[in-house]
Amino acid sequence: MSLLSSTGQQEKHQRLGLNDETLVAMYTQMLTARMYDERMMLMQRAGKINFHVSGIGQEVAQVAAAFALDRNNDYFLPYYRDYGFVLSVGMTLRELFLSAFAKAEDPNSGGRQMPGHFGSKRLRIVTGSSPVTTQVPHAVGFALAAKMKQKSFVSFVTFGEGSSNQGDFHEGCNFAGVHKLPVILMCENNQYAISVPVHKQVAGKIADRALGYGFHGERVDGNDALEVYRVIKEARERAIRGDGPTLIEAMMYRISPHSTSDNDLAYRTKEEVDHYKAMDGLPRFKLYLQELGLWNEELEQQLREEIKRQLDDASSYAEKAPFPTPESVLDHVYADDRKEANR
Amino acid sequence: MPTMNYIDAITSAMREEMERDDNVFVLGEDVGVKGGVFTTTKGLYEQFGELRAMDTPLSESAIAGVAIGAAMYGMRPIAEMQYSDFMFPATNQIISEAAKIRYRSNNDWNCPVVIRAPIGGGVFGGLYHSQCPESVFFGTPGLKIVAPYRPYDAKGLLKAAIRDEDPVLYFENKKSYRLVSGEVPEDDYIVEIGKANVLREGDDITVIGYSLPLRFVEQAAEELAEEGISTHILDLRTIQPLDKPAIIEAVRRTGKVLIVHEDNKTGGVGAEVAAIIAEELLFELDAPIMRLCGPDVPAMPINPPGEKFFLLNTEKVKAAMKQLAEF
Repeated sequence: MSLLSSTGQQEKHQRLGLNDETLVAMYTQMLTARMYDERMMLMQRAGKINFHVSGIGQEVAQVAAAFALDRNNDYFLPYYRDYGFVLSVGMTLRELFLSAFAKAEDPNSGGRQMPGHFGSKRLRIVTGSSPVTTQVPHAVGFALAAKMKQKSFVSFVTFGEGSSNQGDFHEGCNFAGVHKLPVILMCENNQYAISVPVHKQVAGKIADRALGYGFHGERVDGNDALEVYRVIKEARERAIRGDGPTLIEAMMYRISPHSTSDNDLAYRTKEEVDHYKAMDGLPRFKLYLQELGLWNEELEQQLREEIKRQLDDASSYAEKAPFPTPESVLDHVYADDRKEANR
Repeated sequence: MPTMNYIDAITSAMREEMERDDNVFVLGEDVGVKGGVFTTTKGLYEQFGELRAMDTPLSESAIAGVAIGAAMYGMRPIAEMQYSDFMFPATNQIISEAAKIRYRSNNDWNCPVVIRAPIGGGVFGGLYHSQCPESVFFGTPGLKIVAPYRPYDAKGLLKAAIRDEDPVLYFENKKSYRLVSGEVPEDDYIVEIGKANVLREGDDITVIGYSLPLRFVEQAAEELAEEGISTHILDLRTIQPLDKPAIIEAVRRTGKVLIVHEDNKTGGVGAEVAAIIAEELLFELDAPIMRLCGPDVPAMPINPPGEKFFLLNTEKVKAAMKQLAEF
């Protein structure tokens, strides 16, 4: 987890094809996701929203992965902590707030689903549910379509280490391996499945599971943006070449409680949380930008003020937006509701 | 009009739809090279290749889940469950995912997948090659469920299911594959999902059912006609959504109704049909609503006397129909 020398890193980001502008754009998304998350926690405590499930500590890997993909063509199947990811592929803060407030205009679900259940056909974010890891076979289905229709897109799917124990993870991996499909699976190993620590979830490395399915698996420091970027970019090249799936296990730590309904200090210590907070990838990436001369405290302050302004705008817009009508509960069960329904 | 077996009607529906639209493909265990354990997909591999008649790993949740993903992209997958008894590992994908994709995305995404599964016993399949799982999925909004009896409907409903914009469970009766034959047009046609069909017109009693048991009902009706009992038979064809107006009309015609299915009685499709009748026309009935269904045991045994005891047949159906007529 130690920092590489600035000259080493400099060579590295250039070698990866990342220019200065893109690095700043990445940092902007990371910080936006962090500040959005912090705002949601406050809003829940203030009673403005009912629930928030946090992604603090995971934004660096999420944003880096998004930037390594083709954000105009690939299909995305994020899980519920992926605010950094969905922001990076084009979801706006207004849209996230509309979801948090469960308003009619929410593009994810029209105010039907809990926050964190992303979906937007426009952005090729595939609608998700709460039973975990059901999205892995779906991602494999998108990749199968790419192969059948000879299109050069990949599907990218994320999930936690706990949910990597679900049958759907294994069934999906096996199917993708057999048919050498262009899918990238990224496990965001944040060390906890609600209260159950990783050593009670898995006895081995999640990345090693790829071996059993006949494709490449790799563990990466999820707090190291450039390393995550590198492995996802390589995975994408592999997928497009026809060399099949890749499983990435990005190591990180869930700094927040599981959700606003969770008291995490009932099962872990403050010392432990502080220990991992010190490894947070966000200040680390900021420091890297500073060492390159791309960032300073003045720019930081400007960016924070700009994000705060956007958060305030999105918040007041979403708060004022109308709820769905009560009767709209009956809509969209089938393509032609009126014909099908005897409800 | 040519006559064909139930199984050939199913195969020809898939073949014609795959010829019509290259987004249509079939995936499942043994559906490729072997052409299916019942030969339902015979010839498709040769005609369309290994990607469109795809042998999958033995992995039902992936078969359903991958099909769901491909369908959301815009493909038209037909996912085959080898036996409906084996589709329960895919239940979460079907109920939590396929059924809710349109609704949970507020009409942004949809999932035009067909999931075919053979149902029913009488093939000495024992507990796990004989079940009728309709009631597990029945009552899940977002799913359409069809269960054809005649080859005409088997073909027309499968084509309609493939072209439908929402997920359709297609329950084909495995004993019917070579037992039931009938006229099937050579022209392209569909049978609209959600529409029941009067198989026989009559004035004394009404029998409502779906799938293979209707064969016993038709035979019994023939025999009872000689005894002066006139039977009106309604084939539901689609069990979700139920064709409420057709049910009401069929019951109103005679005032006496028997509901027949092989799935067990408690919580079955017949219970919902009976509830509709009770809600809509209780005071027009001339007899209590009757149901004749599989017994409430986990599944049928493999031993011949036990299997026979479990299953419906013409004799049992005829006795129930007679009892109703004489009420």
